[in-house]
Amino acid sequence: MGALDVARWQFGIVTVYHFLFVPLTIGLSAIVAGLQTAWVRSGNEKYLRLTKFFGKLFLINFAMGVVTGIVQEFQFGMNWSDYSRYVGDIFGAPLAIEGLLAFFLESVFLGLWIFGWDRLSAKVHLACIWLASIGTILSAYFILAANSWMQNPVGFTFNEERGRAEMTDIGAILTNKVLLVTYPHTIFAAFMVGGAFVVGVAVWQLVRHPDRDAPAFLTALRIGAAVLIVAGIGVSVSGDVQGKIMTDVQPMKMAAAEALYETEAPASFSIFTIGTLDGSEEVFALKVPRLLSYLAEGSFDAEVEGINELQAAYEETYGAGSYAPNIPVTYWTFRLMIGTGMVAVLFALVALYLTRRGRSLPSSPWLMRAAVLLPLLPLVANSFGWIFTEMGRQPWLVFGLLPTAAGVSPGTTTAEVVTSLSVLTVLYGVLAVVEVGLLLKYIQAGLPEVRGDDTPDINDADAPMVFAY
Amino acid sequence: MELPTFWFMLIAVLWIGYFVLEGFDFGVGMLLPVLGRDEVERRVIINTIGPVWDGNEVWVLVAGGATFAAFPEWYATLFSGFYLPLLVILAALIIRGVAFEYRGKRTDRTWRARWDVAIIVGSTLPALLWGVAFANIVRGTPIDAEHEFVGSVFDLLNPYALLGGLVTVSLFLTHGALFLALKTRGDIRHRANELAGRLGVVAVVISVAFLVWTQLERGSGATLVLAVLAAVALVLALLANRVGREGWAFTGTAATIALAVAMLFVALFPDVMPSSLDPAWSLTVDNASSTPYTLKIMTVVAVVFTPVVLAYEAWSYWVFRRRIGVENIPVEATPAAGLS
Repeated sequence: MGALDVARWQFGIVTVYHFLFVPLTIGLSAIVAGLQTAWVRSGNEKYLRLTKFFGKLFLINFAMGVVTGIVQEFQFGMNWSDYSRYVGDIFGAPLAIEGLLAFFLESVFLGLWIFGWDRLSAKVHLACIWLASIGTILSAYFILAANSWMQNPVGFTFNEERGRAEMTDIGAILTNKVLLVTYPHTIFAAFMVGGAFVVGVAVWQLVRHPDRDAPAFLTALRIGAAVLIVAGIGVSVSGDVQGKIMTDVQPMKMAAAEALYETEAPASFSIFTIGTLDGSEEVFALKVPRLLSYLAEGSFDAEVEGINELQAAYEETYGAGSYAPNIPVTYWTFRLMIGTGMVAVLFALVALYLTRRGRSLPSSPWLMRAAVLLPLLPLVANSFGWIFTEMGRQPWLVFGLLPTAAGVSPGTTTAEVVTSLSVLTVLYGVLAVVEVGLLLKYIQAGLPEVRGDDTPDINDADAPMVFAY
Repeated sequence: MELPTFWFMLIAVLWIGYFVLEGFDFGVGMLLPVLGRDEVERRVIINTIGPVWDGNEVWVLVAGGATFAAFPEWYATLFSGFYLPLLVILAALIIRGVAFEYRGKRTDRTWRARWDVAIIVGSTLPALLWGVAFANIVRGTPIDAEHEFVGSVFDLLNPYALLGGLVTVSLFLTHGALFLALKTRGDIRHRANELAGRLGVVAVVISVAFLVWTQLERGSGATLVLAVLAAVALVLALLANRVGREGWAFTGTAATIALAVAMLFVALFPDVMPSSLDPAWSLTVDNASSTPYTLKIMTVVAVVFTPVVLAYEAWSYWVFRRRIGVENIPVEATPAAGLS
């Protein structure tokens, strides 16, 4: 493997890893803010305890999101310097704006929220978690603007002399149709993770410790399930629109999602296939007739272009070369994304049904296992979605403009990239163990006790801090 | 003023903000084993920066992002060229950030001792390496006609750059000690006070040597003024500390760091990364910058939002203005065994 392959592996590993923490941060910050709002409005102590419980889990996760995010920003320059030179005039702006508008908002107001319980009035303190939550949602918009430009470059011109793409229309970049649909898709997907996390934790508590704070965890379960279901609907609707836009701007990606080699009208969608590894020959396939036509074009009769025809067309435009992504990867990640997400929503519906009208959960070991599995389902669905969309763009780094191989740092040695990949992988592996260990510890501990007088005398210089590291 | 020049200044301001703010929390992290004699004292020290360190760190993300946006060539050459030092900085910032959040999540002694190491190492390495990196940028590095860094990591470890690293370490230590003197009370405050005085003397010697060297290599009238002001600010800071004016002392080291970084940027201008191979191959504010259109958009965003950010970040410092002492550290359910 040369520096290019190692750099690609590093990008894949650290980005998928980073994005394990991001959706939970986005989803859970809003849920915690919602719980705290319920506490401030109702004065019901149950909500305060849930806020502190899920708030602590949120912060354990958030710390990992922050530190792994720094790698993301440095990595473009370190491993992909030619890419950075090529796109910096366009790609850098949303990144810088993300930092100025979103990262400051998240970090400053979370600092205020963590340590502000006894320093701020209840309402101002509540506003802090909301502002941090808004920061996470803003952040997604700008980084997705950058990514959407790589999928569908708009609002730019190519400067021959400088050999780079240059921005001509920031409005076009910020309203890229890929961005407008990817943004809600990503945010809804993040809320699925947040909702599933809350449901999983609540179910585990209710089955494991049915006599400990059951009313509070029942509330959490129902809130989490509602979030998961609504977000699941949002993901499906936005995903449906996204498929059609993808067919329009990256038809090869849609063909690769189905491993559709020959153009078909109408085209069927296979739930799964047994065949050769590259998907070029099938032995058995479970197919839904006409579904791909609908997914791609919105009509059950439409023609969907196949890989071979698109390959021929691209060769004509861009010259000789392979323009198809890795078909088994795109085929299976597309299905796994949809499948794992749907199972999660199904679980939420079952959980709501079981707890209808104040019923308590039956004690079943299967329910426990499902509770542990549930938060992972939308989480891996997020990963599969990103692997699909990024691998599906290959062999392009910027679609139609810059091949991936042309973006890597020319001066960086394989040894350097291997060192970097090794250091980060080992570090990330150790931290994953530590993080999961802490999450489990605090999940098992259950709801914290809160004192009735949670606002000590602010003028007493010796009063202990309500929260301290 | 030309837009690239304006953005050069803005990026200088972002780095100044980063070093002034994260400078003291690096210093506080490095001083953890020195001033924290037992577990409760260590918690006092960590809690002085607890609410603010993450906001401080965002300055480097914005500085990096702004460099990417305004000077893509600079960003690309710097980050790919200074590969291994940046990797070390990344690893350090990762373990350090996690350490602040996770340290208090368990009470056992080994757990806390390990995260203490993460905080100490994670604060020391970036403090050292940012100094090394900036000294190298100013000194000039082997950059070819294609704007590629063609040196090795050993080119970056030259005496001038290492001295630059010692400057940031010693200045951040002094700055951090003064921050602790300003933010704590009781015994720990007096020890921080006293230590700042001793560290400050070392910082003066190292910094003056570095500023003189820089002045001789790339100096101008303007850099001389800034260097003298930086040195004067540091001496005044130490005098203020001696008479117990901690607020003024801390302001003094903040000014020292700001002026010293400003001097480096003025010495650099109009280059952003001079080439040691051929001056014609240097990256400059003009040949490294983005288009006027991009810079204009970025200027509007920066002018509108920077004051807002400054306002709420300043407000958060105001909220957490009170001094912390051992009395303010809540008792833990199962107290950790003392470390001393």
